[in-house]
Amino acid sequence: MSAMQSGQTATDRMRLRSTLTALGMLPVLILLAVGFHLLSGRFLSVNNLSIVMQQASINTVLAAGMTFVILTGGIDLSVGSILSASAMVGVIVSLWPDVGMLGIPAAIAVGLGCGLINGVIIAFLKLPPFIVTLGSLTAMRGIARLLGNDTTVFNPDLPFDFIGNGNLFGVPWLAIIALVTILVSWVILKRTVLGTWIYAVGGNVEAARLTGIKVPLVLLFVYSMSGLLSGLGGVMSAARLYAANGLQLGQAYELDAIAAVILGGTSFVGGVGSIWGTLIGALIIAVLSNGLILVGVSDIWQYIIKGLVIIVAVGLDRYRLRGLSRT
Amino acid sequence: MNPVVASSPAIAPVLEMQNISKTFGNTRALTKVSLTVYPGEIHALMGENGAGKSTLMKVLSGAYLADPGGKILVSGRPAVTGDPIKARANGIAVIYQELSLAPNLTVAQNMFLGEEPSRLGFVDRADIRKRAEPILKRLGIGFSPNQLVSSLSLGERQMVEIARALTTDARIIVMDEPTTSLTSRETEKLFEVIASLKAHGIAIIYISHRMEEIYALADRVSVLRDSAYVGTLKRSELSAERLVSMMVGRDLSSFYKKEHRAAAHDRQVVLAVKNVGDGRRVHDCSFDACAGEVLAIAGLVGSGRTELARLIFGADHKATGVVTLNGQELSLRGPHDALNAGIAYLTEDRKALGLFLDMTINENINVGVIAKDARPGGFLDFGKAKKRADDAVSSLSIRTKSTSINAGALSGGNQQKVLLARLLETKPRVVILDEPTRGVDVGAKSEIYRIIDELAESGIAIIVISSDLPEVIGIADRVLVMREGHIAGEVVASPDRPIEQETIMALSTGPVGRDTMSAIRENLK
Repeated sequence: MSAMQSGQTATDRMRLRSTLTALGMLPVLILLAVGFHLLSGRFLSVNNLSIVMQQASINTVLAAGMTFVILTGGIDLSVGSILSASAMVGVIVSLWPDVGMLGIPAAIAVGLGCGLINGVIIAFLKLPPFIVTLGSLTAMRGIARLLGNDTTVFNPDLPFDFIGNGNLFGVPWLAIIALVTILVSWVILKRTVLGTWIYAVGGNVEAARLTGIKVPLVLLFVYSMSGLLSGLGGVMSAARLYAANGLQLGQAYELDAIAAVILGGTSFVGGVGSIWGTLIGALIIAVLSNGLILVGVSDIWQYIIKGLVIIVAVGLDRYRLRGLSRT
Repeated sequence: MNPVVASSPAIAPVLEMQNISKTFGNTRALTKVSLTVYPGEIHALMGENGAGKSTLMKVLSGAYLADPGGKILVSGRPAVTGDPIKARANGIAVIYQELSLAPNLTVAQNMFLGEEPSRLGFVDRADIRKRAEPILKRLGIGFSPNQLVSSLSLGERQMVEIARALTTDARIIVMDEPTTSLTSRETEKLFEVIASLKAHGIAIIYISHRMEEIYALADRVSVLRDSAYVGTLKRSELSAERLVSMMVGRDLSSFYKKEHRAAAHDRQVVLAVKNVGDGRRVHDCSFDACAGEVLAIAGLVGSGRTELARLIFGADHKATGVVTLNGQELSLRGPHDALNAGIAYLTEDRKALGLFLDMTINENINVGVIAKDARPGGFLDFGKAKKRADDAVSSLSIRTKSTSINAGALSGGNQQKVLLARLLETKPRVVILDEPTRGVDVGAKSEIYRIIDELAESGIAIIVISSDLPEVIGIADRVLVMREGHIAGEVVASPDRPIEQETIMALSTGPVGRDTMSAIRENLK
């Protein structure tokens, strides 16, 4: 009887702990939102929150792909460049008469193709992901510039501009796409065989191989997924701007995506983490950018504060988890 | 080795741990444990995995802060607890199972790691070497202080750890399973060093599961069970039955419960290995394994046993030879093909190569079969997984409150059973178990033997790689002995003539090795 009870409380504690782990940075997000509202008086308005969601959306989509990659213990530095190249292709194709909507699949296909190339090199030639994606970061940036002869391409009549500027029942399309991306990622990670394999490869790659998991296929999938979502990010930013630019678009986006994933509690060595954490991480970054502007902090100080908040937040998180864990 | 009567009351104890308790949240890891150690004494600490030995030693080394109420006296003076640096200054040194050396530094640099003698802030390399030399000499060590640690064998690295302990004038050295990965020659060397430390009045706390080492070394043995102190036996009171019953709290009448199975020749050959080799560490190995047979592969560490198993399992590429399963030649591109064909392999290194420590017990058990169980579209079938996990937990008696806790939280024996469960879910016809009872406590050991027995009964061909000779003899119908990558010989058990340790040892050491063998046996007496 008492054994059963203690078993029960142990399970309860487990549950509480996993909930806390999953919630992770949520308290920080709420504190930031309330803090900015108190300081500016207009942060928590429907209008502003809609803007924050739009601002967070592209980074959320990139960070979702990054979550897959980091869960396997890898890294994808090339997402910003892929986004730029995809956006270029998206806008260029959208200029074709009558078939402008093909810009969407074209951009996503470019992203998927780049991700596949990253994946093949990492999974089958077994080169380190950091080096491979650092290479493609540079190469894809070059290709993005090449695509528009190093100029900005415009399409004021962009056929898929609703994605960037339209609403569905009052919710921006950008936010809907981001949320759907998170949901699909969650389903893949937590409800499919592939998801379990991703966690297994990140947790112990050699054990995964000896268990019969085809590690190269799992790696190929995560880098392709990251590429595909970068392509989707390209569509989203093209739709928002009616334009794309090979030189500036997507610069340093990989850093925001990585920051979101890490803020979300995903382990940098792989095997541990959740997609909901990534969503919260991406929202924290967007809330910071938006809130600091509302409060009137200068551009320079925004950088400094954002950087410090990321370090402090992750530090607090690690400290909190250490208190909970057994050893 | 003549044990000095170290426990005579005339000598003051060098270490007294009194009423040490330690709790983690609601879990009691130690309950009022006391331990007294005298200078020049080899004090063995025994107990099943999870009994609290490691926790007690971590309290001693300052890695953990004990709960209030207990105290630690070093040479009669109360010691500050929960501070590793102070503990070290007090003369307490711990040599851990997982060696903690920096491989890219030299022997001398490692010995003084963290307390480099310096001049004006620069490390004084010459001084380090000069101070390292006499210590190495005292240990009778044959390698130079300038050698890189990465070039040393595991046994030699352990010597460096011991030498490091001596740089801080350690009076109490804790050795946690020091012989686990040593060859018999290295073990012999280690025992010599321990004897010389003892002669210098250094107290040694020696943690080991190996009964023969306890017999060879210990002046006294203290036993922990379920986080509590059970008792201490003097050397003259030692007996295997007594120790085992103290450790498990019950008598183990028949430890190896193998019944003699029918001779192998009237069984059907399941696995045939012909001329298999990798061109480096395994050469031209051929053998058969039959349904319902337990075939052991013995041999020294480094004789190519694990490498051969990995070739058969497809984990590494073989350069020569053919593996046939039920008459069909296999071409394996990797472990997944072997598993599909019906060959399963339990790794010798469960933490590094087996478990997913951050995944749940349920996921660890199911990870190999989730693809087969999956619903259309690759979606997980949680119902099937839970049933498989629950069944495995009860049939292999894995001790856990729930299958949704992380595998990393289990003790060694239970982790091993989780891996066994994972491998059995794939319904193999051939099972290769690599050191299945390494680092596993006595209770779990006998359960693993029971599982092996049941598997053999059900017609699975079982290949057990083991360095533990009593175990090999206890469970195997047939023993292959490997030496330097070749199969050196085969020993078959028969009801009237059991296999003898000497036969296996002679085959594994080869003709030149016999002297070493007799030396070890002398040492162990």
